[in-house]
Amino acid sequence: MHHLVIDRWSRGSSSLHQRDPRAKLAALLVFLVVLSTTRPGAQWAFVAYAVLLILTANLARLPILGLASRAALVLPFSATFALLTWWSGDSLRALALAEKSFLSGTAALLLVGTTPLTGWTAALESWRVPRMLILVIQFVYRYLFVIAEQVQRMRWAALCRGPKQRGFRLAAGLVGVLFARSWQRADGIYHAMLARGFRGRFVPAPPAPFRSSDALFLSTCLAGCLAIRMLL
Amino acid sequence: MHIPDGFLSTPVWATLDVVSAPAVAWVARRAQRDTQDNRIPLLGVMGAFVFAAQMVNFPVGPGTSGHLVGGALLTVVLGPAAASLVLTAILVLQALIFQDGGVLALGANVFNMALAGVAAAYLANRLWAHASRSVAIFAAGALSVMTSACLALGQLLISGVPMTGGVLWASLGLFLISAIMEGAITVAAVRAIERLNPAWITPQPATSRAVAAIAMAALVLVVVGTLIASAAPDGIQRLTMQGVDSVGWRARTMAGLVGIAMIFALCYLGGKLKSRRRSA
Amino acid sequence: MSRVIQIAGLRYRYPDGTQALDGIDFHLNSGESVALFGANGSGKTTFVLHLNGLLRGEGSIEICGMRLADGTLEQIRSKVGVVFQDSDEQLFMPTVLEDVAFGPLNLGLSPDDALTRARTVLKRVGMAHAFERAPYHLSAGEKKRVAIAGVLAMDPEILVLDEPTTFLDPPTRRDLLSLLRSLPQAKVVVTHDANLARALTSRAVFFDQGRITGQGDVIEIIQRFHWEYS
Ligand SMILES: Nc1ncnc2c1ncn2[C@@H]1O[C@H](COP(=O)(O)OP(=O)(O)OP(=O)(O)O)[C@@H](O)[C@H]1O
Ligand SMILES: [Mg+2]
Repeated sequence: MHHLVIDRWSRGSSSLHQRDPRAKLAALLVFLVVLSTTRPGAQWAFVAYAVLLILTANLARLPILGLASRAALVLPFSATFALLTWWSGDSLRALALAEKSFLSGTAALLLVGTTPLTGWTAALESWRVPRMLILVIQFVYRYLFVIAEQVQRMRWAALCRGPKQRGFRLAAGLVGVLFARSWQRADGIYHAMLARGFRGRFVPAPPAPFRSSDALFLSTCLAGCLAIRMLL
Repeated sequence: MHIPDGFLSTPVWATLDVVSAPAVAWVARRAQRDTQDNRIPLLGVMGAFVFAAQMVNFPVGPGTSGHLVGGALLTVVLGPAAASLVLTAILVLQALIFQDGGVLALGANVFNMALAGVAAAYLANRLWAHASRSVAIFAAGALSVMTSACLALGQLLISGVPMTGGVLWASLGLFLISAIMEGAITVAAVRAIERLNPAWITPQPATSRAVAAIAMAALVLVVVGTLIASAAPDGIQRLTMQGVDSVGWRARTMAGLVGIAMIFALCYLGGKLKSRRRSA
Repeated sequence: MSRVIQIAGLRYRYPDGTQALDGIDFHLNSGESVALFGANGSGKTTFVLHLNGLLRGEGSIEICGMRLADGTLEQIRSKVGVVFQDSDEQLFMPTVLEDVAFGPLNLGLSPDDALTRARTVLKRVGMAHAFERAPYHLSAGEKKRVAIAGVLAMDPEILVLDEPTTFLDPPTRRDLLSLLRSLPQAKVVVTHDANLARALTSRAVFFDQGRITGQGDVIEIIQRFHWEYS
């Protein structure tokens, strides 16, 4: 499954993996903003962005092809609009749509491929994203796999009892049962939390220090992006 | 419809990020206030549930199938604030991990789906609750999808992604079909859940219908306003999209209005029929 | 020998009307291990959920000399460590280390102390290699160990295990068994596994439709209720 691969990537040990998540998140935002404001048709700039991303992926020891193929998930959507744009006679813009969305996706993957979920959620939290939202993100991610597996098993079970079983009501029933199981699971989790002394508040982990190497990393990214943006 | 990065012009994504951030903070505070602690795992598991439920195919007609989008279902089960929060969490995960929707465009996607979509679902559910549960829930599902899709379309148009009249009508047609499908799927899912345990569907708190109607009108104005604005010439935008034959604002607005009006009409008729059958 | 659990006349009815417990009397001495047998649906899990006040039925429950009531709930929860049947429900934090530290943090330990304690118990259960792993990547046996670590980190006096060996293969069961035997706490073990019960406990209690219909020596109970399939 897609997110399991990313999870595995994020547990690497390259120097990029060791950078403070806040530095990486900030670098991602800088890159995206710079990319977003690059004018269509500045082809050299796009090439330079791609090179920057490849270098970073190399530094992180992530598979370039794996990254690219995952980032390509966005392409069907982009391609549709790019075609429409092409059709209306604006080929530069069409190309830019595809390029920008693909490069943005790759950059986001580089962040989550080098930072475990706990890292980037901690970064978001230190930027005062509401704690409640952070907790929900963590819980959703934690149980994604468990519940998706349940769907798979239920679908198989339905298939085993009749290969032609298809129907609106059947699907609705499946969703209903899935809901019920999820609800009971949530109850179970809550029980397990109470059993270990939960008193309505998660005790947050202390933030790690922001080191000078993190600052150096961020400023290098900043300089690189701005240079490309201004010069090309 | 998740908008990736690279599609929205800078003023559009920046504005929507600026609008959505405090809105999410507000929603989080509200959700925290009205939920007991046992709801924190519940919200998370419900988010995972929506993710997983989207994998279940609902056959509609020969060879085609749709799936649950889930915004309206979450709204009916968890209430609007918690539903917004859960959808925001899902959108964050989709943007960063699943390459579904952009990071800079997160504000736009949150606005369209987690805020406006949930508001539409909530208001529709309140507005038609008197007619019948099914109509109310159908309206909630259909209007939430229609609202999100129209807003996304409008934002793309404002950003200068060109569309010819034919394409525009085709997308609105598609939206309408997905909206109706989401309505039907949400009704079926809520029924199935209620059969298992009616207590899981939270009763709607009593807000007056007049307030709901006004809020709904405001929401429709926002949606239609976005579509109108998307036709209004923006100096810089115009320069970059020379030669693009954009459809006149009348056509766009009409298209959006027609879609929403059709759903309204459908729900209205459904409500009338149901209440007539009940009184008969 | 002191009584760590003393229960009299416990009844519980689920909101939907199911009478899951119908007058249970039960006791456990310090350091003792007792097995809970009974058919599916006989009320074992429901009973277990009462031992630390997650469910509150009628009747009296005394844990380590304290009567279970609103005021003593917190203390009792730190004394009774429950390991649930479904490890996925028990391991909800993003990493193994954070999950084990969850309990100590709730007890009011400083983050550093909590992490130190979490590391110590993880080593004790043989999971020192998995501190930063995410719980969903673990095997069923590893999950169970981490779940036990999470409970041990609270330093409980009583360990309650609900079907600890489901989903585990025989070698993993053996490892788990030797781990459990090495722990000094008094234990309540809900199980369908007669071998586990014989190896781990001396006394057994038999549940039937929310009542205890037999208790005594494990081997004798297993024979009396034919609680083996061979
Ligand atoms: N949340 C619930 N709501 C209503 N009834 C329940 C609930 N949980 C359990 N029951 C019912 O209470 C009775 C006792 O269930 P319990 O789970 O305690 O049995 P058990 O002995 O643990 O069974 P098993 O060996 O299958 O785990 C059963 O009849 C069950 O159907
Ligand atoms: Mg049980």
